[in-house]
Amino acid sequence: MYNTRDILETITMIQDENLDIRTVTMGISLLSCIDSDIDAACKKVYDKIVTMASNLVPVCEQIEKELGIPIINKRISVTPIAMLASACQTHNIVKFAVTLENAAKAVGVNYIGGYSALVQKGFAYGDYALIESIPEALSVTEHVCSSVNIGSTKAGINMDAVAMMGRVIKKAAQATADKNCMGAAKIVVLCNAPEDNPFMAGAFHGAGEPDCVINVGVSGPGVVRAAIAKSSGLDITGIADLIKRTAFKITRMGQLVAREASKRLGVPFGIVDLSLAPTPAVGDSVAHILEEMGLEVCGACGTTAALAMLNDAVKKGGVMASSHVGGLSGAFIPVSEDAGMIDAAKCGALSIEKLEAMTAVCSVGLDMINIPGDTPDEVISAIIADEAAIGMVNSKTTAVRVIPAIGKKVGEELSFGGLFGSAPVMKVNTASPKKFIQRGGRIPAPLQSLKN
Amino acid sequence: MRAVLTVIGKDTVGILAGISVACAKRNVNISDVSQTIMQDLFCMIMMCDITDISVPFDSFVDEITALGKERGLSIHVMHEDIFNAMHTI
Repeated sequence: MYNTRDILETITMIQDENLDIRTVTMGISLLSCIDSDIDAACKKVYDKIVTMASNLVPVCEQIEKELGIPIINKRISVTPIAMLASACQTHNIVKFAVTLENAAKAVGVNYIGGYSALVQKGFAYGDYALIESIPEALSVTEHVCSSVNIGSTKAGINMDAVAMMGRVIKKAAQATADKNCMGAAKIVVLCNAPEDNPFMAGAFHGAGEPDCVINVGVSGPGVVRAAIAKSSGLDITGIADLIKRTAFKITRMGQLVAREASKRLGVPFGIVDLSLAPTPAVGDSVAHILEEMGLEVCGACGTTAALAMLNDAVKKGGVMASSHVGGLSGAFIPVSEDAGMIDAAKCGALSIEKLEAMTAVCSVGLDMINIPGDTPDEVISAIIADEAAIGMVNSKTTAVRVIPAIGKKVGEELSFGGLFGSAPVMKVNTASPKKFIQRGGRIPAPLQSLKN
Repeated sequence: MRAVLTVIGKDTVGILAGISVACAKRNVNISDVSQTIMQDLFCMIMMCDITDISVPFDSFVDEITALGKERGLSIHVMHEDIFNAMHTI
């Protein structure tokens, strides 16, 4: 028999503390859809996605109702489209993005990720065409997300791709300037991208994955914050233990949903992603956890240490709760999607430099940060290079998702709505890195990569 | 298969009766009840056997939630799996 306290605790977590499953993401391999004729390839892609994912949304809604736990997003990730594009005899590959959009609409998912290219060591046929097409692809679609992996610990950093991505991000923002620059919010540049990530915009279905798989991302910053708030007089060891216990419970719920979804859909279970993913809703903020630990405001000195402890404790608690852990698995610190981060950025306590330091100890990177619309392309490229270097050297995933707010200056607000939230435009150091970025080439893989 | 039904709200006449009738109508057996009044709030937890339920479980959840809204109560019906997952190793 259950104890009343346990039952009420679960209900309070869901009702008052925003506990939810952030996403159930179905990974679908499109390798079987490769065709030299782009129209034939697109038809195969559409048919495969619609067949495989036809039950995804209804099954998730059923689980949601039976278990009483909200599943916020249902998503699809697919094989990086550059791999399909490499076989096509055309450079105009936006058709693939439109196909993904139509398939996403047909099955009713919130997002579809995988308009991606992996170019950490160099460009293969199809990669150039895909990257160049990203701004247009994101301006003509709503549900498609794009990612480009430009570096890894094993391969080093492809500086030609870094230079290219600065331009592409700016163009994506310009192409969607009338839609709050949403294009740039749906593209992420990664280093050490995981192949089983259920979170957008960086989700894609890696080449080593099975034909179809279910990956689940949990959420729950509100629960962690509330647990710390309810405790009193704990030292940091005590707080770390408390976070571990809470993360265990959150992850067990993710594991349950993943198992159920996999069973009902007849698709193998891939991984549970242990990330603490915030939303702009009050009480669902990672920044507020750090503040609950005793910082006046997120961004104050001590933030990096508090975040490092939080990130580690979440993993330690979560790892025993799930049979397979993967994806990004760490605390997210997206600025516009986190009420506490937004406030900290507005009052000037949180700068891009501090965020960069924070990304060295947590997942994932400089995420959902608005920068002035006139930031030069090479500065965006240099931000990407810095972030990728942190990932490369520390053997971790890092990412950059910055949004050049076209026509806006530092301090002005850019709002995206929904889970994307809104945030002030932050100051960027514009001392020119032009010559460094223009050199191109490849940063050699670091010594850490030589583990054999 | 069991579900946990929780009711929280202002105490009025016939809460228990109303919910029991709704459960009986769908062949849901109530196997255990724990109830308390916290300050002014009525707080009840029921363990229900849903093995022989006569409608799909999700439509039973809808019915019970609607009943709660009608009476100004917050009622949740959740499959026991979620409590097992969260509170047992």
